[in-house]
Amino acid sequence: MIKNIPFAAAVGLFFTTIYFFVAIFAQWIAPYGMAEVVGGVWEPASSKHWLGTDNIGRDLLTRMIYGGQTTIFIATAATILSFSTGSVLGFLAAVLGGWADQALSRFVDLVMSIPSLILALVILSVTPVTVPVLIVVMGFLDSTRVFRLARAVAVDINVMDYVEAAKLRGEGRSWIIFREILPNALSPLVAEMGLRFIFMVLFISTLSFLGLGVQPPMADWGGIVKENKDGIVYGIGAALWPAVAIATLAISVNLVADWILNRTTSLKGGRG
Amino acid sequence: MGPALKLVAQRLALGVLLLFLVSILIFVGTLILPGDVAQSILGQSATPEALANLREELGLNEPALTRYFDWLGGVLTGDLGTALTNGMDIAEALGTRLGNTLFLAFWAAVISVPLAIFLGLLAVRYRDRWPDKLISAVTLSTISIPEFLIGYVLMYFVGVKLGWAPTVSTIYDSMSLGEKLNAIALPVAVLTLVVLAHMMRMTRAAILNVMQSAYVETAELKGLTMFKIIWRHAFPNSIAPVVNVVMLNLAYLVVGVVVVEVVFTYPGMGQYLVDHVSKRDLPVVQACGLIFAAVYIGLNMLADIISILSNPRLRHPK
Repeated sequence: MIKNIPFAAAVGLFFTTIYFFVAIFAQWIAPYGMAEVVGGVWEPASSKHWLGTDNIGRDLLTRMIYGGQTTIFIATAATILSFSTGSVLGFLAAVLGGWADQALSRFVDLVMSIPSLILALVILSVTPVTVPVLIVVMGFLDSTRVFRLARAVAVDINVMDYVEAAKLRGEGRSWIIFREILPNALSPLVAEMGLRFIFMVLFISTLSFLGLGVQPPMADWGGIVKENKDGIVYGIGAALWPAVAIATLAISVNLVADWILNRTTSLKGGRG
Repeated sequence: MGPALKLVAQRLALGVLLLFLVSILIFVGTLILPGDVAQSILGQSATPEALANLREELGLNEPALTRYFDWLGGVLTGDLGTALTNGMDIAEALGTRLGNTLFLAFWAAVISVPLAIFLGLLAVRYRDRWPDKLISAVTLSTISIPEFLIGYVLMYFVGVKLGWAPTVSTIYDSMSLGEKLNAIALPVAVLTLVVLAHMMRMTRAAILNVMQSAYVETAELKGLTMFKIIWRHAFPNSIAPVVNVVMLNLAYLVVGVVVVEVVFTYPGMGQYLVDHVSKRDLPVVQACGLIFAAVYIGLNMLADIISILSNPRLRHPK
């Protein structure tokens, strides 16, 4: 299996691993302290500062590394939250059926009828903007999409013979959900997870850019753009580095997710 | 027209119901969240008097249901209340800004829709050859970058390095159309890039779907040229899905506008919303949230209605 990784997926996997590695070990990899002022304002790239310095003279590479840590941590936590709530509720709706299914599904329709960004802005206007709140808001808004997918997959599985057999031998609801449906629904969900993760990275960057996400002095990729955007009109490209980071991370994760999706669908004879 | 009309009426009713529920959600989402709203608006250091005043102003002492119907009644009669931060009438401030936002979205749509359909056709025509792959690669990378970063990348290279377009898009009523268009060149380009990618991919998928049907194979076997097949047989049958795609993306455009306006400091509704979220000006946020949601729901509803009407099976019942 490992031998047959296609070239594109290998590249994607390689870069994704590097990003996560740097994010986890940011404290040891970053050359300077996160909020340490080490030079002049917007110094150009040099051997001391590989990417130059930012709007108040902090090392930009250090900011990018710490920013990656924050962005990837928040995106990962929100993805996990959205997957655990979305899939459990989706499975539950499929297994319970009836009014419980109707109530959950119609509520999800309602939440999805408002663009996520707008709803997030409305919620964040009255809640304190802290990292846990951001994770909960993003995870909750995104769990609606996971719910739809999980429910659709689980409705199919729920009528399979082996689920019927489990019901007949008297297994409880949680057994059906976690031992029968979950293992069989895992592969489409895992493939979807990559896409949701990217969406979370874009989402948190957008919120931080608007000043409603991660608060200074903490660094994150959207915030770095916000801090350095005034340099753009003077021809200073410091604010563009997060674009490079986000785009490469997004494309790498996409390549891996594509590969997982293709692999799992071919295992199941193309039924998806 | 029987069944089609009935479906359209149902869809309209559903849209109105949805809008009503969304207004509840926005209201509940802001005023009945856990925690004291007045406290979170004023911050921890607020004096008790200030808190009491704000509660009075927001009507927090009245029951939630009364407050909601007061608010809804106001919205339905065009009274959106006054902003907490400067006491200005919200409806008045929103009027010109909504116009500006629609102006921006309109020009982005005018450019992106024909371009997306053309590129979609091109990608189908040269499927799996280099033009298709090139278009796919470019659109994939624009999907992978958030809107605001595309904005800054364009601003840096086109606006600053090349100097082809202004980097700040302030517009006034007194400007002529040409001046306005020059001012919004970059934001329109960003929005076009963002929706173009989605729209082009969906158009390509919709047309490919039609291309795999039996009548297209027949046309191929008759010896028609590829472009003629696409133009005469595939395209008319893919109008319904393509119109659907266009509508969904216009709805998306309305959201993309929020971020792009902030990047280019364009005096539209998105910037107004974001400004007042950080100032925690609740009435403004509710009003803007409701308008954005209404436009989004409206366009989605329009997409559904057009696809009902363009379905010949529903138009000519047996």
